[in-house]
Amino acid sequence: MDFRTKAKLITSEDMRRTIIRLAHEIVEKNRGVKDLVIIGIYTRGAYLATRISKKIEEIETQKIPTGYLDSTLYRDDFRTRLKQPKVQVTNISFQIDEKNIVLVDDVLFTGRTIRAALDALMDFGRPNRIDLAVLVDRGHRELPIKADFVGKNIPTSVGEEVRVKLKEVDDEDCVYLVEQVSGGKE
Amino acid sequence: MTMKARHLLGLEYLDREDIELILKTTKSFREILDRPIKKVPTLQGKTVVNLFFEPSTRTRISFELAEKRLSADSVNFSKEGSSVKKGETLLDTARNIEAMKIDFVVIRHQSPGAPHFLAQKLESRVINAGDGAHEHPTQGLLDMVTMTDKHPTFKNLRVGIVGDISHSRVAMSNIHGLLKMNAKVTVCGPATLIPREIEKLGVHVCYDIDELIPRVDVLNILRIQLERQESGLFPSLREYHNYFGITRQRLEKATKPITIMHPGPINRGVEISSDVADSEHSVILDQVTNGVAVRMAVLYLLAGGEHVTN
Repeated sequence: MDFRTKAKLITSEDMRRTIIRLAHEIVEKNRGVKDLVIIGIYTRGAYLATRISKKIEEIETQKIPTGYLDSTLYRDDFRTRLKQPKVQVTNISFQIDEKNIVLVDDVLFTGRTIRAALDALMDFGRPNRIDLAVLVDRGHRELPIKADFVGKNIPTSVGEEVRVKLKEVDDEDCVYLVEQVSGGKE
Repeated sequence: MTMKARHLLGLEYLDREDIELILKTTKSFREILDRPIKKVPTLQGKTVVNLFFEPSTRTRISFELAEKRLSADSVNFSKEGSSVKKGETLLDTARNIEAMKIDFVVIRHQSPGAPHFLAQKLESRVINAGDGAHEHPTQGLLDMVTMTDKHPTFKNLRVGIVGDISHSRVAMSNIHGLLKMNAKVTVCGPATLIPREIEKLGVHVCYDIDELIPRVDVLNILRIQLERQESGLFPSLREYHNYFGITRQRLEKATKPITIMHPGPINRGVEISSDVADSEHSVILDQVTNGVAVRMAVLYLLAGGEHVTN
């Protein structure tokens, strides 16, 4: 399958401002950072979690416990899809019992990754509350899941995809809208 | 990331990329074992049959735990009290069990090649849990994972394998795996226990343990089985200990600490002295923990459909 870039939806400047806003919104809703922890979903959600956590630290001058979660092993499509994603090392080095967790991912689409992440978190303990922060919400939910903090809502059609690029892995900070090109080489 | 092999029959038959993938995936599964709830739902609905034609405690428990941690259903078969005692062939036993709709066969058998035979005849994925003196691939892999916990890279890592090389499937899996990763492997033991022409695999041979010790980073010490002495391959356990036993005095000749490994069960005072087995450089119990993680990784990687890179 080939993809063609349709538009650059978020530039690096936009992304910087969006992360600052998300950090402020998280602190506002939690009325500070007491019991706040941040957990990012691999791969790009983990980098976004680190950035948001650092920003909150700047705002509140307090370190926020930050962890990283691989939800692959909890996915519901392992048996049906012919896909085998790489499993990464989950690293949550603190107790999540009674904590207010902000779960961070790059794109919210069907909601199945988030469902898997929620199941995974429940095996780590019993948090007080879990909120969801995403950089992009592209619609097309298949499960009753919604984000509490959204960087940008981007309505898309099914043939389109949202590609988030982050400096930590991709050499640039931006978000592209791409679409499938039919007749591309297999 | 995809694994090319359909079965795990031996490290001789895996290519370097598959070995690297298993080692990397193992590190991810290792973390699950430290969680409060040590179980993930990944292999829900998959069924594993553990066919053990030879007695085994550690390997069987390790496979069973790996299967349970991944939420697979598992069934154990042991030779005692089974239809094998009534004269059923290996193939008939395996075909009958497969007809009950299973996904994996883990097999330990006294005959080299038994897992390969089943892999040709069955639809299920086959994992070799030790076949005669041929291979014990999950042991080889867990030894390699444990080495990477202590040493950053296999390139030029100097590994000594000491003991009964001739009768050891652990040695063979270690040799094949380590050489594929460009480690330097030396085997050491009495000449009667070292196969002739083993150099052709690409290993060095050393008959003097005191010569070997200053030149290695890792010592993988094999269990000396009592039967070998009874068949006259060395005079006595005491003499074996005097010539090849790993003791603190011997290790003092090394300029830096050597990582001490042993596949178990240990004969304290024969191939290894108690103080070495329990020393701070011994990673023998880490091997056991890594064993569960390795077996989880192998089950996970073999369970996927036609693998596609994510």
